[in-house]
This record gives sequence, structure tokens and C-alpha cells, in this order.
Amino acid sequence: MRSHSMKSNSIRKFLYISPFMVLLAVFAYYPLYGWVYAFFDYTPPIPLSQSPFVGLKWFHSLIENQVKIDQLLQVIKNTFGISGLSILFSWLPMIFAIFLTEIKAVRFRKFIQTVTTLPNFISWVLVYSLAFSMFSSEGVVNGFLHQMGFIDSPVLLLQSSEHVWVTMWVWITWKTLGWSAILYIAAIMGIDESLYEAAYVDGATRMQVIRHVVLPSMLPTYFVLLMLQIASFLNNGLEQYFVFQNAFNKDTIQVLDLYVYNLAMGGGSYSVSVAISMLKSIISVVLLFSVNGLSKLLRGEGIV
Amino acid sequence: MSDNQTGLSPNSRDIDFNKKMKMQVSTADKLISITVYILFSLFAFVCVYPFYSIIINTISANDLSAKGEIIFWPKGIHFQNYIDVFKIPGLGNAFVVSLARTVIGTLLTVGASAFLGFMFAQEDMWGKKFWYRFTIITMFFNAGIIPWYLTMRSLHLTDNFLAYILPSIVAPFFIILVKTFVEATPKELQQAAAIDGAGIFTIFYKVILPISKPILATVAIFSAVNQWNSFQDTLLLVTDSKLYSLQFILYNYINQASSLSTMVNLQNAGSTAMATLATKQTSTSIRMTVTIIVVAPILLVYPIFQRFFVKGIIIGAVKG
Repeated sequence: MRSHSMKSNSIRKFLYISPFMVLLAVFAYYPLYGWVYAFFDYTPPIPLSQSPFVGLKWFHSLIENQVKIDQLLQVIKNTFGISGLSILFSWLPMIFAIFLTEIKAVRFRKFIQTVTTLPNFISWVLVYSLAFSMFSSEGVVNGFLHQMGFIDSPVLLLQSSEHVWVTMWVWITWKTLGWSAILYIAAIMGIDESLYEAAYVDGATRMQVIRHVVLPSMLPTYFVLLMLQIASFLNNGLEQYFVFQNAFNKDTIQVLDLYVYNLAMGGGSYSVSVAISMLKSIISVVLLFSVNGLSKLLRGEGIV
Repeated sequence: MSDNQTGLSPNSRDIDFNKKMKMQVSTADKLISITVYILFSLFAFVCVYPFYSIIINTISANDLSAKGEIIFWPKGIHFQNYIDVFKIPGLGNAFVVSLARTVIGTLLTVGASAFLGFMFAQEDMWGKKFWYRFTIITMFFNAGIIPWYLTMRSLHLTDNFLAYILPSIVAPFFIILVKTFVEATPKELQQAAAIDGAGIFTIFYKVILPISKPILATVAIFSAVNQWNSFQDTLLLVTDSKLYSLQFILYNYINQASSLSTMVNLQNAGSTAMATLATKQTSTSIRMTVTIIVVAPILLVYPIFQRFFVKGIIIGAVKG
């Protein structure tokens, strides 16, 4: 009797959350059904039910001729370039946090932390607007350089196809560095006092304390974040690249997410772009589970 | 003390400790300190200056601003830009749309996150582990942007205000934050209420909600910022200009500010107050002024709530 009522109680609890699970099913899981578009010859006004089934045609079409292969390769290269730069410099927030907590002037430290986390809270559209005001041909930087007599004609930073990966990485770093450091600051707070004391008693210098006490305590956090970053290697997101793209930098700024968007919304090629979306999601999941497995193997615990 | 709670500074004890030990400061250490101060100051400047620069440009004489002469101090201060920009048709409407989605979306997201976080902290829910994973995995895995768009279209959520609200109600990251928080509260609180005959909703409403205020404040701020900043959903789903959000309007203005400035100037030319060179709208002045209008709520709210964000993210980091 008692166990029966406990069971009905536990089911009732589930019923309370079920509306939310339905929402999740609709907005996160049902879109998976959209993958069928990749196997049909779908053109927008005609409904899917009347579109011909074409099997793997669109997947083949991706590698059908050299032009398309080159295009896709360039997009993959851009994705790898920008994500690669981020991973290469993924230690920056950690270093940022270490040196920030080394600052003993409390006011200065708080000021720095407040100010450097601010950009994290504005949208990419606003970042672009700031970038435009700073670096466009009539922007503040060009105005300043011109006034100082350093340049005669404006430097066109936003309309250049060169160094796009680097400038995109710089904007990402500008936006997120201060914020990303917070997790590491939390890790530093958790370090056992006695470790510091022991190090000072042994006569360690500040750099030695950082190297032998602080850094090793941060590595688990760093490792988890690095794994997550690797798992989302292909997911650069759309917004940043969408707002920064223009006729000049189109070739080097198109990452997978933007490419998929441009194909569908710009070119109307829904089926091809769903095919790429689908491959991308599958590879991402494989990456996530590999990284999770690797993490289990190396540290004995997964990241997901 | 409050320092330690917000996690903003290293332990105050370790600062005292340095003094006590009268640590020998070598020249190398001093050099490092100086470099660190300079680098942090530079980065802080880089983070703040763009905002500052745009603000002083919008209140300076537009002809000087267009020539790029406003760099550190405003010159020829006036506020005509703000008056003119508010006259641009569509901007007021977009403001209302953004405000509405921020308020409604935030309320629903906070409510759902609180309830789900609380429910996932219950030991005895049927299939708890499965449903929790079902929720969390969506953080890492999605069908992709085009399948998502096609779904939204098939649900008739294009050109529909609900599209701004419904998909964001169940937010896995916020649920983790609340769940972690609730799990850290003493079990006895809920047990005592249950013994007194309180049902699950009473426990949630009377016991959990009041003590979860700090974490819910964090969720509210994050959620509001997300809603206010959201651009992609308008871009993908909305063609009806009545549903444009401020971010979307701003993006359009960046691309077509020159035609807007002509329009505003024509409008002003008709009125008795002829625009002087200093107050005449340029494409730069329009763009910058709208930027400030869009970023202002964040700049105003940010310093007040910064402590909450930091605390919240640290609570979430424990488990997340």
C-alpha cells in the first residue's frame, strides 16, 4: 500500500514537469525531424510531401566538383582557423585570473574586474556597432591617426579579407576574456591556505608560488573547459560572423554556421544546407563523446 | 568579508600573511608587478573606451564628430541627436517589442528554471535521471539552425511574438544553477514542511522560492540580458516590421544609416528650427545614437548587478 502511494507520488512529480519536457521536445528534439529535408529535393513553396525523395544526392553534391570541394574546404579551413586560434589561446583567461588575483590593491582589482567583464554582456550587433565606430573609414581610430599625421588614407580594417581569423579572435577575446576568468578566480579562491604558507616558508618567490601552487590547482578547471571547447569546435555560432561579414571578407569569414545560413537564406538551397547542418551536428556529438571518453580515461570523470 | 563571498578577491588572510612574512620583494618581482599593472590598465582602457567614445560623440557637434575630431573630450555639446533619433519611425515600436520580450520572457524563464531546478532536486521523481539528462543534453546538441528554422515555420511561429518567448522557457544552464543551489540547502527544511502537510507546490512556493532569491536574481539578470541582446531569432523568423527587436533595428541602421540621416534632416528642414551644421544628422551620428540607446539599459543595470552575476556563476561552476 505504502509503496504504491510512493510510486504514484513519484509519477505525479513527473507529471508536474511534463509540460516543460514537452516544450523541450518540441523546440530541441523535434527539429531533428527537419533532417529529412536533407534527403528530399525541397524548394520552399512546394511542401515536403510533394518533393521528390533523392536519397544521398545532396551529400554527394557537396563533393561533386572541384569548385564545391574548394568552397567547402575554405569554409572548414575558416572554422578550424578561428576555433583553432581560440583553443591555442585558451590559457589566456587562466593567466588573466592568476595575475588579477596577484594584484593587492583591492580597488584597482575590482575596477579591472568590473570593467573587463562588461563587454560580455553586450550583443554581437552592439560589438559590431562599436567596431564600426572605432575602425570604419570615418571611425575614431582613423580620425585619430589622421589627425596625428600617421596616415593619409584610412586603414580599412573591417573591409579587408586579410587577417580576418585574427581580428575575429581578437573580438571574441575582447568580449569574453574578463568573464571567462571568473571560473578560474573561483578555482583560486578554493586553494588551501596551507599550500601558500608552506611555499613561503620554503622561501618561494611569487613566480614560484604561481608555478608550483596556483597553476597546478587550476589545471583541472582548465582541462574541463578545454574539453568543452574542443567538443564545440565546429560550433562558432552565427551571429558574430553574420554581423561582421561583408563583400570584402566573405571568403575568409564564412564559418560552417554562417555558410549553412547563407546557403539556405541567401541562396534558397535548404536541402544542401540541412545536409551540412546534419553532418556538423553528428560530428559535434561524436567529438563530444570522444572528448568525454578521453576525459574519463585521463581524469576518471567525464565532462558531461 | 564580502570580498570572499563574491569571490572577487583572494583571501584577505593571504594578504595579511604577505605582510607578516615581510616577503622579500626582488627586482624581478617588482618588474612583473609593474608590467601586470600596465597590461591590466591597457586592457581595461580597451574595454571601456569604445563605449565612452560613442557617448561623447553622440553629444558632440555632429560636423566635428563626422570628421573624427572627438577623441577624448566632447566638443559643442548638444542633445539634438537623441531627440531626432526618437522620431525615426519604428524605433519606438522596436523598443516596446524588446522590452516586452525581456519582461515576459524573463518572468517565464525564471519561473520555469526555479520550478524545474527544484523538481530535479527531488529524490523520488519518476525517471528523474533520464529527464534531467534529456534536459541537459540540449546544451551540447542541437539539430542545427536550418532544421530549427523549418520547425519554427511549420509550427507557425514565424512572425509571431511567441517565437521570442517559448523556445527560451526551458533553459538547461539556469536549471543546473537552481538545482545546485537547492541541493545545497538543508534537506530538513523541505522535510519539516512535508510533515506539516505541505504539498509539493506549497513547499516550492513557501520554502524554496524565498530562500532561492540570490540565485533567482542571477538567473533573472542572465535571462533578461539574453532576451534584450537576442538578434538571431528576429533575423531568422521575423519579416513583419511590427515585431522587429531593437537589436535588429540597430543592425539595419548600421547598414543604411546614410539614408536615415537624409530622412531625418529633411524632416527637420520642414520645421522652423533649421538644423545647423552642428546638429544636422550624419550617418555616423544616427548609428552612434541608436547604439547608445540599445546599450544604455545594460550599462545602467550592469554595475548594480555585477556582484550577483559573479556569485551566480561561481555557484553554478561548482557542479556545471
